Amino acid sequence: MSAGAFTPGRRLRLGAARVRWEVRQYFRERDTVFFTFLFPTVIFLVFAAAFSASDPVGARPDGTGGITVAAYYLPGLVAAGVVLSGVQNLGIAIAQERSDGTLKRLGGSPLPVVSYFIGKAGSVLVTAVVQLLLLLAVAHLLFDVALPDDATHWLRFAWVFLLSILMATVLGIGISGIPRTGRSASAVIVPILLVLQFVSGVYFTFTDLPTWLQDVASVFPVKWVAQGMRSAFLPEHFAAAERGGSWDLGTTAVVLVAWTVVGLVAARLTFRWVRRDG
Amino acid sequence: MSGAPVVEVADLSKRYGDRTALDGVSFSIERGETFALLGPNGAGKSTTIEILEGYRRRSGGSALVLGEDPGTAGLAWKARIGVVLQSSTEAEAATVRELLTHVAAFFPDPRPVDETLEAVGLTDDARTRIRALSGGRRRRLDVALGIVGRPELLFLDEPTTGFDPEARRRFWQLIEQLKAEGTTILLTTHYLDEAAALADRAAVVAAGRLLAIGPVDAIGSPAARVPIVRWRDADGRHEERTEEPATLVARLVAAAGGEPEDVEIRRPSLEDVYLGLIGDEGVA
Repeated sequence: MSAGAFTPGRRLRLGAARVRWEVRQYFRERDTVFFTFLFPTVIFLVFAAAFSASDPVGARPDGTGGITVAAYYLPGLVAAGVVLSGVQNLGIAIAQERSDGTLKRLGGSPLPVVSYFIGKAGSVLVTAVVQLLLLLAVAHLLFDVALPDDATHWLRFAWVFLLSILMATVLGIGISGIPRTGRSASAVIVPILLVLQFVSGVYFTFTDLPTWLQDVASVFPVKWVAQGMRSAFLPEHFAAAERGGSWDLGTTAVVLVAWTVVGLVAARLTFRWVRRDG
Repeated sequence: MSGAPVVEVADLSKRYGDRTALDGVSFSIERGETFALLGPNGAGKSTTIEILEGYRRRSGGSALVLGEDPGTAGLAWKARIGVVLQSSTEAEAATVRELLTHVAAFFPDPRPVDETLEAVGLTDDARTRIRALSGGRRRRLDVALGIVGRPELLFLDEPTTGFDPEARRRFWQLIEQLKAEGTTILLTTHYLDEAAALADRAAVVAAGRLLAIGPVDAIGSPAARVPIVRWRDADGRHEERTEEPATLVARLVAAAGGEPEDVEIRRPSLEDVYLGLIGDEGVA
């Protein structure tokens, strides 16, 4: 019952308890549910409805293989959902927990910091999966968007999705230290993510951007999450429209892992239960 | 171990840049004792308590809490302390019982949730969302979160701010109960009657320095504790300090040939002694 109880099993058990706690609190806050959870689905509905009369895009020279605008936007919005649930939502939530006293309370309790992180990662995974299911259901059922029909594409989707979630979680923890107060958290974090989404091919076709902007955006991970999602959801002949003429999944994996490492180091170096005063 | 002080602070100092918040503070707290830290706003009370809770680093001196340095102590140490912070606004969407149950699970041997709710008088609010609690009830929840881990040492930072008189009395009963269970308590408060009612010993800090320390009924200089006799006669109001107040009053009765007006004998309260100490220090 005493010091012997502070085992790795306890860290996992408390991590699981934190996941349940975080998910339940998340869905009780109506404004976060609306603005981050439903955001990709709402934007998808807007695009899909606005361009519902447009011609198919991406047809081969012989006129076959074109897809609807709705289908073309789907992978970008799947990517946006991951980035929003992870980096943006988590970064803002932790910054607010730092200013409302949550982190101070947890830091004074025997909750292991690892369990807190497990709770965050688990809640991001759960909310991102539910968000994804909603988006796919709307796309498939309302707009007749074809979903991948073979294991190769679903497998591709699975590793890009899981790796992106892990990366987004650690980057969210890392970025949470930037805002000075909980109040300023949205104002600081949202624009960063918004700019990255716009230059990373989420809302526009990436290769329509100027080359220099493509080069800049390629340093950041959002472009690669979006490209990975396109590789899973779009027909194979769309690979030719990518910058290098292929999905370039190897580079995607390397960039996502590299940013995960950056995020881990940043989280490890900057995360504090309370702001230290020197 | 059981004979060693629960808190042992020697020559503790804290500087923020070139401002000195604490300057050479020393005291110790024995097991089972309730110790009050008194002083005006900005005196260094919260800085002291936050160093002992492990939230702030000290600039100099030494601090031992439950035998460990709070700056480096781990989870097993945190399981033995209870912290009631100045109020927060966390977990507003959760209910009282949910948050308490969740936090209780962090501790190896928690107090049952129902028992904790009962102790702080929140049984009827168990299913209330935290954002719907009044300020006083929110504060009771803070206290519940501080005691649910069955701490050996409880830190109470201005626990009754915002309580109505009845809630304060009820809170005092809870503290008496915790004391009876053997809990060591470090309390900061603005209410001197609270310190007098609850604490075994008190220390007065001002401008980062310890001005006085001792049992609550003996703190301060002997001169500060000399009873005061006040009365009124044709010349106006009078006040005299004497170790023999009854004798003085008898003399006044004899001199006036009857009952003097508005006669009053006061033994200086902790508040009088405190105000004397703070006043001596000068308003810096």
